[in-house]
Amino acid sequence: MEILDNTQADPTRRAPLVLGLADYAAVTQRVCGVVERPRPPRGWYVAFAISTSLTAVLLAMIAYLFVRGVGVWGLNVPVGWAFDITNFVFWVGIGHAGTLISAILFLFRQEWRNSINRFAEAMTIFAVICAGLFPAIHVGRVWFVYWLLPYPNQMQMWPQFRSPLIWDVFAVGTYMTVSLLFWYVGLIPDLATLRDRAATRLRQIAYGILALGWRGSQRHWHRYERAYLLLAALATPLVVSVHSVVSFDFATSVLPGWHTTIFPPYFVAGAIFSGCAMVVTLIVPARQYFGLRELVTLRHLENLNKLILATGSIVGYAYAIEFFMAWYSGNPYERFTFANRALGPYAWAYWTMVTCNVVLPQLFWFKRVRTSLPGMMIIALLVNVGMWFERFVIIVTSLSRDFLPSAWGSYRPTWVEILTLLGSFGLFFTLFLLFIRFLPMVSMAEVKAILPAARVHREHRTDRQADAGGRTQTESCRE
Amino acid sequence: MSDDSLGLRQVPRPVGAPYGLLAEFDSAETLLSAARRIRQAGYTRWDAHSPFPVHGLDAAMGIGPTRLPWIVLAAAIAGLAGAAGLQWWTSAVDYPLRISGKPFFSLPAFVPVMFELTVLLGAFGAFLGMLVLNGLPRFYHPVFRCERFRRATDDRFFVTIEASDARYDPHETPGFLMSLGAVHVEVLED
Repeated sequence: MEILDNTQADPTRRAPLVLGLADYAAVTQRVCGVVERPRPPRGWYVAFAISTSLTAVLLAMIAYLFVRGVGVWGLNVPVGWAFDITNFVFWVGIGHAGTLISAILFLFRQEWRNSINRFAEAMTIFAVICAGLFPAIHVGRVWFVYWLLPYPNQMQMWPQFRSPLIWDVFAVGTYMTVSLLFWYVGLIPDLATLRDRAATRLRQIAYGILALGWRGSQRHWHRYERAYLLLAALATPLVVSVHSVVSFDFATSVLPGWHTTIFPPYFVAGAIFSGCAMVVTLIVPARQYFGLRELVTLRHLENLNKLILATGSIVGYAYAIEFFMAWYSGNPYERFTFANRALGPYAWAYWTMVTCNVVLPQLFWFKRVRTSLPGMMIIALLVNVGMWFERFVIIVTSLSRDFLPSAWGSYRPTWVEILTLLGSFGLFFTLFLLFIRFLPMVSMAEVKAILPAARVHREHRTDRQADAGGRTQTESCRE
Repeated sequence: MSDDSLGLRQVPRPVGAPYGLLAEFDSAETLLSAARRIRQAGYTRWDAHSPFPVHGLDAAMGIGPTRLPWIVLAAAIAGLAGAAGLQWWTSAVDYPLRISGKPFFSLPAFVPVMFELTVLLGAFGAFLGMLVLNGLPRFYHPVFRCERFRRATDDRFFVTIEASDARYDPHETPGFLMSLGAVHVEVLED
């Protein structure tokens, strides 16, 4: 039930990014209304019950793992990484769309991002929390996991900084911290809105503390916008670096199928691909249930689907190039590895991956599919499945059959690993549902700034440029 | 609404020293033109409040460039130097181990951590620098006493002129603000 179709691409007229809500107060009311209603909708309770149960399963599986040891997983020699690292790479990848939307699209002045960046950044943080869990619990002796950090100790030893695994600790840790800072900086003005609308003392104090006494001062906004721009500029290379560093875990090894220079860009494209699919998966139901269809319009979803199409095509190209390089290198082990991927014991996983990641997203060339809610939900869900399988295929096929057939092995997951994976989805959705309940899902300040009523600077532009002391670079970039 | 504010204009000055005046505007455009006139009138200790950053207002108010980028640059350089120093000290001085025939100080292998710490400290510089320069967190401010000001984070635009401003006149300034298109003017107590 769209009020107006804003997916038309007429270059002569600016497509409205907010439909129906003409004034600032309506935006505030619509977004705060979700957080301020006394009870969430019944569906929220159902979803919360399921996701907290799954989180309990996750905790139980971790406890079981700690008590019994890694033998409860199906890991073996040669397959020393399997579900755990697959899940890690999968969840880190999901996170990338958030930073892409919040930082890279911000630098490119893609104003449509203003409606979805809060949501996508929250998704990033929760996905990175899920990701960080897996390397920590897979180390075997979890009580020594802090040895990863460089701290002076009585053993007089230091971490080995030439190892990509240590780079990973720094990359994921920095990514988590910077994403959290970026998210929080964006939240400050909206937390102040919630504080000023608070109906109870508790809410006023809680949101008041989080809002840090924000009062919308223009002198503050000035530094705030500069800080936000700088954070975006810092996060932009970061988003590219994180999955590059994750790919170094593989690419710096000598294993056929891993030892390749294509991995960093291929991983980054795949990460953004999976992340955008996860944003679509989450935002389509959220906007329906919480009445945000005027703010997150069909045009926003269509743009996300275009991103999925573009990155999905890059991923498909990377898959093809991997095969080409295996053949062109003349290396028999490389050739075998790729033949084994497509035709070996894990061929079913490989072809699931190709279908979900390469074939299905191509349907987004059709506008009818791109703008259909059921269509995009199905494709986005399957892309999530496909991207999980991509990591599974890379890890398990290469490890299980490397050089000498006498050293080959096989891997199948145990029930503990499967339940741990399901449990990590529980943790992700639990955090997400709490976010939806207690924090504004859409960045109100940023959406207000792109309402037609807020575009005053156009009329005053010449005055301002005439103003001798005026600094105009930020504003004129926005044009 | 204007009767109300005209009434307030005659409110005698409170016994305690007032903080200043609060004027409410109903659109970003009036705020922008008011800001330009307030600046032209020579006021210096004043501020504008809006639910979102109004573009062009920085220039209209004459807000100069912020030092924040320099703080971020310094923090980022500290991160870079810290990471280089950490890896040099741990890998080449305190605990030298020969790993795959590489030199103890193997710079290319140290680049990822140097990059990450540059970004990490730069981001903290941007976040904390912004808060410190803005004087936040600050949980008390005279504007919070005003019930109307709650709409500054919703849909209204405000100007505050401090009583300590040299141009501030308890009798003239309210009328000046009304003439700029304010829908309401009131005295803020400290």
